[in-house]
Amino acid sequence: MSLLQTIDLKKYFGETRAVDNVNLTIAEGEFISLVGPNGAGKTSLCNVVSALLAPDSGKILFKGEDVTHTSVTERVKAGIARSFQLVNLFDDLSAFENITLAIFSRQGKTRNIATLAHLDNAVTAEADVVLGQFGLAGKRDVTARGLAQGERKLLDVAVAYALRPKLLFLDEPTSGVSTRDKDQIMDTIASVVRGERITAVIIEHDMDVVFKYSDRIVVMHQGAILAQGPPDAIRNNDQVAMILLGSSGPDAFTRKD
Amino acid sequence: MANGMRTGPSSARLVLVTVPILVLLVLLPRLVDLYQTVLLTYGLAMAIAALGFNLLLGYTGLLSFGHSAYFGAGAYMVAFIVRDLGVQSMELCILGGLIGTVLVAALFGFVCVRHTRIFFGILTLALSQVLWSLAYKFFWITGGTDGVRVAYAKLTLLGGTINFAGPGSYQRFVHDYYYYVLALFVISTIVMWMIVHSPFGKALQAIRDNEVRAGFIGIPIRRYRWVAFVISGAFTGLGGILWVPLNGLTTPDVLYWPFSGEIVFMTVLGGFRTFTGPIIGAVVFNYLKTYAVASTEYWQLLLGVVLVILVMVLPTGIAGTLARVWAKIAGRNS
Repeated sequence: MSLLQTIDLKKYFGETRAVDNVNLTIAEGEFISLVGPNGAGKTSLCNVVSALLAPDSGKILFKGEDVTHTSVTERVKAGIARSFQLVNLFDDLSAFENITLAIFSRQGKTRNIATLAHLDNAVTAEADVVLGQFGLAGKRDVTARGLAQGERKLLDVAVAYALRPKLLFLDEPTSGVSTRDKDQIMDTIASVVRGERITAVIIEHDMDVVFKYSDRIVVMHQGAILAQGPPDAIRNNDQVAMILLGSSGPDAFTRKD
Repeated sequence: MANGMRTGPSSARLVLVTVPILVLLVLLPRLVDLYQTVLLTYGLAMAIAALGFNLLLGYTGLLSFGHSAYFGAGAYMVAFIVRDLGVQSMELCILGGLIGTVLVAALFGFVCVRHTRIFFGILTLALSQVLWSLAYKFFWITGGTDGVRVAYAKLTLLGGTINFAGPGSYQRFVHDYYYYVLALFVISTIVMWMIVHSPFGKALQAIRDNEVRAGFIGIPIRRYRWVAFVISGAFTGLGGILWVPLNGLTTPDVLYWPFSGEIVFMTVLGGFRTFTGPIIGAVVFNYLKTYAVASTEYWQLLLGVVLVILVMVLPTGIAGTLARVWAKIAGRNS
């Protein structure tokens, strides 16, 4: 059974077709890259599936259940988590506290009013493990505001990961960081996600990254799915190359530098 | 690296700071005259109110301009309980006052938390003024501008074991009531400290910092804001409850919007981004206002000037500035 299925999903902004009749099926354990030119509807699709936006029409099935009209909180509980292109953190709280909040929430402990958060050893231990997995152990007590951009991007992903989701959307986890940091961030994320066998959908522009990590690549254009398939098939798809690069041919996706 | 205490508040420093202050507070009535004890009791009652207010402002990121409603609700509830039910026990007054305040806060909060920022502030202000106009107009119940008297001599403390009949009772009341309020202040402070350091309190801070992300880690934002609102109202209500016997009278003034402004003022004065800020602010503000009123009829002007200077020079308030200075000294020594 598929983990996520969208049926004729639609989201228009006026005349703009952000998500146009998208039928996407994701199997458990897949690592999918969502690619396409700017404005292709990748983030909109992610927003609709994660309940940030309500679709105009269509259905979203998660683990076979219709979740189209559920709230953000309900979808998080069901197991859909996401990170954000523009980093969304609790800026005045430490990296450690950012992670613990996700864990407390997952365990239904945020309603506990008569216990002290910092004395919960199980949550503390788990948060420290998560920080370590994302290479942030050394920044444990630094406020999210005080972290470098690359660290903020990682923490943003780590907060979503700490929810132990079934399905994790990562909206451009490497945007806004230097090329040098990019590979390191992607290696970190990929090793954690692969290691824990989390189904992940990553929105990414860097095709080298995309080809390197994905099981399947989904290409979007003008709100619709243009093509999808394993990296090799996409690499040799001339139509995709034209849309993403403006040129086609056998070496279109080879890095020029 | 992996021990939990590093992010938690340092317990050694906590003890180091709180114990001397507590000892001083306990000894104070022996060191100062009756009037100063009364003033400090007012300050402590206001401190409880400000602590409650700051759960919303400092920890949940919601600025209420209507906290006079909960202070006043607590005060009027006690006045009604004493006048109409003939209750003498202060503990019963507190219980009844808290129930009344929580009901009002739950109702008003239910409406207000649907909005944030200025819309939230305006709604809290508007609803508080509904209560004010009720107290003002329904004079056959509320006494109108004359208010309702609450004579300390009619009250008993600790289940009737302490009463204030007979000669010299005012001195005894001031003395005993100071310790009564001090005890409740200590309990309130501990309870509030636990709340803001609980997972729930952390969730409120998450909502404050980033509402969108708080939703995306599964925190039910509106419900938590509502709970915070009710707790906040209850603390502010307790402040009003304890204030009434001291003042001997409650009038619509404590429901009127300038009083909400005073609660905001004292919290900002102390520093709303620190736990102790509202406590320091309330006590200092109480002295400031008392001496400003005594020294000039333009006392509002004086307070206004203080507020302007405060915002420009000490934007983090007294507690925030002290913490910064302390960190600098500690940094130099290490």
